[in-house]
Amino acid sequence: MGSRASSLLREEDIEEIKKETGFSHSQITRLYSRFHSLDKGENGALSREDFQRIPELAINPLGDRIINAFFPEGEDQANFRGFMRTLAHFRPVEDNEKNKDLTSGEPLNSRTNKLLFAFRLYDLDRDDKISRDELLQVLRMMVGVNISDEQLGSIADRTIQEADTNGDMCISFSEFIKVLEKVDVEQKMSIRFLH
Amino acid sequence: MGPFMSPFNNLLCMLLGISFTVWFTLLLVFIIVPAIFGLSFGIRGLYMKTLLKVFKWATVRMERGAKEKNHLLYKPYSLNGIIAKEPTSLEEELKEIRRNGSSRDLDEFEMSDTFYFCRRGIESIVDDEVTKRFTAEELESWNLLTRSNYNFQHISTRLTVLWGLGVVIRYGFLLPLRLTLAITGVSLLVVFTTMIGFLPNGRVKHFLSEKVHLMCYRICVRALTAIITYHHSENKPKNGGICVANHTSPIDVIILASDGCYAMVGQIHGGLMGLIQKSMVKACPHIWFERSEVKDRHLVAKRLSDHVKDKSKLPILIFPEGTCINNTSVMMFKKGSFEIASTVYPVAIKYDPRFGDAFWNSSKFGMVNYLLRMMSSWAIVCSVWYLPPMSRQEGEDAVQFANRVKAAIARQGGLVDLLWDGGLKRGKVKDTFKEEQQKLYSKILVGTSVSSWDPAVHL
Repeated sequence: MGSRASSLLREEDIEEIKKETGFSHSQITRLYSRFHSLDKGENGALSREDFQRIPELAINPLGDRIINAFFPEGEDQANFRGFMRTLAHFRPVEDNEKNKDLTSGEPLNSRTNKLLFAFRLYDLDRDDKISRDELLQVLRMMVGVNISDEQLGSIADRTIQEADTNGDMCISFSEFIKVLEKVDVEQKMSIRFLH
Repeated sequence: MGPFMSPFNNLLCMLLGISFTVWFTLLLVFIIVPAIFGLSFGIRGLYMKTLLKVFKWATVRMERGAKEKNHLLYKPYSLNGIIAKEPTSLEEELKEIRRNGSSRDLDEFEMSDTFYFCRRGIESIVDDEVTKRFTAEELESWNLLTRSNYNFQHISTRLTVLWGLGVVIRYGFLLPLRLTLAITGVSLLVVFTTMIGFLPNGRVKHFLSEKVHLMCYRICVRALTAIITYHHSENKPKNGGICVANHTSPIDVIILASDGCYAMVGQIHGGLMGLIQKSMVKACPHIWFERSEVKDRHLVAKRLSDHVKDKSKLPILIFPEGTCINNTSVMMFKKGSFEIASTVYPVAIKYDPRFGDAFWNSSKFGMVNYLLRMMSSWAIVCSVWYLPPMSRQEGEDAVQFANRVKAAIARQGGLVDLLWDGGLKRGKVKDTFKEEQQKLYSKILVGTSVSSWDPAVHL
């Protein structure tokens, strides 16, 4: 009885998550508490319904795509490691200077990885290209019923035209990065986690 | 059973008899008689002060333990928040992105427009305003109850001994005492109100009914060891008015009704609850609805209006949130009670969670389980503020009036004022909110060719 949240999280697990994601010890225990409170079924993993129970997320136009990001290919359950790995994308980049013991390789919250997260929001079939249809889908999610198909179509066409450099009528990841090179991605795709 | 047993049997019976008599006399003198007259010996106040000293000592020990191991003492996230949220709006953010990015105008789509929604979505996954209102408030430091021990570590042997002592006191002494009182209180209520029901309507009946109700509720208050502080009693609700309060648990009724007489509103239940309701209504007019009648909003409104128009009837007690919230916030007030033309007397109730959590998490605990938990906590400590009466102003509709009252209650009780519906505890959020967000974004994208959204349609 009672939610003895952190007693289910072992020290070794915390250390591993720390290395992989760069979160601090206290941030990990707090986020585990949050994970546990969302897990209504108390089975150590979150389902899509658990996320949709959050009203502020349910009214977010891109809510479903964001929830998708937490579930690896074809799976219906998100465990705590996966949860943390996805959240790690939103750590501010400055925090990396304070945390030197990350595994080699690019940290999850690098600019490229943040952009990859945003790219995957569009690229539903994971073919590393944003097709016109995929772009239209996301646009439709954001505008609802307020804009006509023709208008939306022309917006999509214009966007692809400006971004597409190799003429395949799709936006690849490198083209995506190029279009957004002037945008302050580090700030816009970061959340200030308190220590 | 030989002759060897008899003297012991007799002795045992005598001892039991004596202890029962002593027990009941003490009970009568120290608890029931003061309850009848509304007096107090101050025992509960002393009890509360002692408990606070014990809790403080426990926290110091835990902090010392933590320092030895070089860890930070666990602080629950609900206190400081896990993240610091950016308070920018959609429009501001999109303007900023475009200013720094390309030199385009606001009303053209950029692929980075998704960033705002993305970030907001992740922020709400980490910390949202609503879901945490439907579970018990987390404490800053441990209060020696197992049920509130989520993450508190560094509990030394001394603390464990203290906790064990606490268990013995609470379950061995306090719980039986409280159960006895509760049974006494409820039975007296049922018996006396039924008896009063035989009297003809008039001043005597009214007077007696008041006294009986107050006495029984006061016994129930002592049955929970509730230590209540009433503020601004000059604003107490008067006849012909409606009293509204924030809702945390069924105990709210007992707390308010032990200081004044109200007409209750509610659905008729079966079983013991139904019995109590039926006998109460014999002594003075309460408003009970059948389950089928509850859905009919016009019927409900009519009965409430009729009651309110009769100035000889007691003020109605209503909880406009419609469901129990965990006492850290006040959620949307349903406008039904604010459409009735009468004075509204707002009341704010704030519980002190250190002594026992009063919130009823109805999805986790049934009523009996909940009451047992209440009676095995240390105490229920709360403050009640009677706010000055409010009426609907010119040009104000029911929703705006409800929000105004809600804001006043939230301010007084130190609670967060939320627009969200308490019904989200069980139900899904309406699609209209998402549609509003989409409309807002569309308006920014294509300018004024989209029909502007009506801000009053927020709820």
